[in-house]
Amino acid sequence: MASEAHGAEEGGLTFHPMDQFQLESFFGDGPIGMFTITNATVWMALAIVCVVAMMVFGSSRRAIVPSRAQSVAELAYGFIYKMVEDVAGKDAVKFFPYIMTLFMFIVFANFLGLIPMSFTTTSHFAVTVVLALLVFVTVTVVGFVKNGASFLALFWVSSAPLALRPVLAVIEIISYFVRPVSHSIRLAGNVMAGHAVIKVFAAFAAALVVNEIPTAVGAIVTPLSILGITALYALEVLVAFIQAYVFAILTCVYLRDALHPSH
Amino acid sequence: MEGQLAHIGAGLAGLGTGLAALGVGNVAANYLAGALRNPSAAASQTATLFIGIAFAEALGIFSFLVALLLMFAV
Amino acid sequence: MATDTSAAGHAADAAAAPGMPQLDFSNWGNQIFWLLVTLVVIYFVLSRIALPRIAAVLAERQGTITNDIAAAEQLKAKAAEAEEAYNLALANARTEAQRIVAETKAEIQADLDAATAQADAEIAAKTAESEKAIGEIRAGALESIREVATDTAQEIVTALGGKADADAVKAAVQARMKG
Repeated sequence: MASEAHGAEEGGLTFHPMDQFQLESFFGDGPIGMFTITNATVWMALAIVCVVAMMVFGSSRRAIVPSRAQSVAELAYGFIYKMVEDVAGKDAVKFFPYIMTLFMFIVFANFLGLIPMSFTTTSHFAVTVVLALLVFVTVTVVGFVKNGASFLALFWVSSAPLALRPVLAVIEIISYFVRPVSHSIRLAGNVMAGHAVIKVFAAFAAALVVNEIPTAVGAIVTPLSILGITALYALEVLVAFIQAYVFAILTCVYLRDALHPSH
Repeated sequence: MEGQLAHIGAGLAGLGTGLAALGVGNVAANYLAGALRNPSAAASQTATLFIGIAFAEALGIFSFLVALLLMFAV
Repeated sequence: MATDTSAAGHAADAAAAPGMPQLDFSNWGNQIFWLLVTLVVIYFVLSRIALPRIAAVLAERQGTITNDIAAAEQLKAKAAEAEEAYNLALANARTEAQRIVAETKAEIQADLDAATAQADAEIAAKTAESEKAIGEIRAGALESIREVATDTAQEIVTALGGKADADAVKAAVQARMKG
């Protein structure tokens, strides 16, 4: 299949489910080096623009009675602040700007990726793995700085029978190190899968205008595909937000483990 | 032949995502049942609900990843 | 289509166009670099500008609400005070009015009594005067009647052919009138 990745043809339909994730130089066709401006760079920059527009310009009037834009900014602030406070604890509030940064970037990257023809930065493992590793390293460092060696108590389940504890410790350690994997794959996997499925439906939607397919078949397949695209798009809008939320809330959960390992 | 086997493996791994869907549905169903019994406590547990869904989904995503690797990387 | 997947996949990897662009590690450096730039920019924008500002606005709003509630409480107390003062003033005014009414009534009564007394006295005087005048008139009338009766009696007696004795007639009339 890979040999035909750029236009796999089956019965006249062209499938390009993965082409939308292709990284390209934004200016010209040169090779992609370390600092080349790519389509990913452009869409990340747009995410910055959106964050600034929402959080900085939205709140620029500092009104006591907020305008609509300011209400949105305050709502986002209150939503994440309350989540950090509730899930990670009151002493985690100093990490609030950090979690807010992650949440705002992911939510805007996800939503910008839903614009047709756009590039979804969060669909790349390179991006989500870095995001998840940042959380993992932060949590581990904070855990050891705050609690010292007693942070290792996180793996030593003192409520279990003594004989089971070594076994549980192994499982806990494995699950601890799997965290960044699931954390990153969850986000990229959800976003990528949704977009790829939409693309597959989009390829089927052309059935009516492809010569090799009988018009009778096309007349059924095309409307169904368009319906499918619409439904999936709605689902993706939901997923775009929920995955950002889940990423942020899991960060809070891990942070709570680091701050209060014994709980 | 090897490639075909990889595709079969990818399909089998794909079953895992469906099973994860069962898990996620189970979490959501039990949450709803509990929420209907005690609606006043429901709002405070939405965060827990999402954490539970995320953990249940994680394993499904692993099988999805395995499927992707079999399809494109092996 | 799938027979040569493995080989072709690896070949495509080398050509930077694999089946899955996510697994093309040649451009990870680029993405990671720009991602870190993005995150740092967002972090500084949020932590230096946006979040303190929103926190300040929220705190200010909380303060304003608290102040407003306090001010409202104060105004309410003031209103209650004013109502009390108003009620007091109303009660005072009412007693004052009643006092004035009573005073005025008494004054009027006194004036009325005086006027009545004066009028009574005037009426009494007038009555006495009138009675006196009536008495005089009556006395005059009696005298006149007597004279007329005497004259008439003399005339009748004369007319009947008798000789009227003036003193006798007068005595007869006198006797009759006393009866």
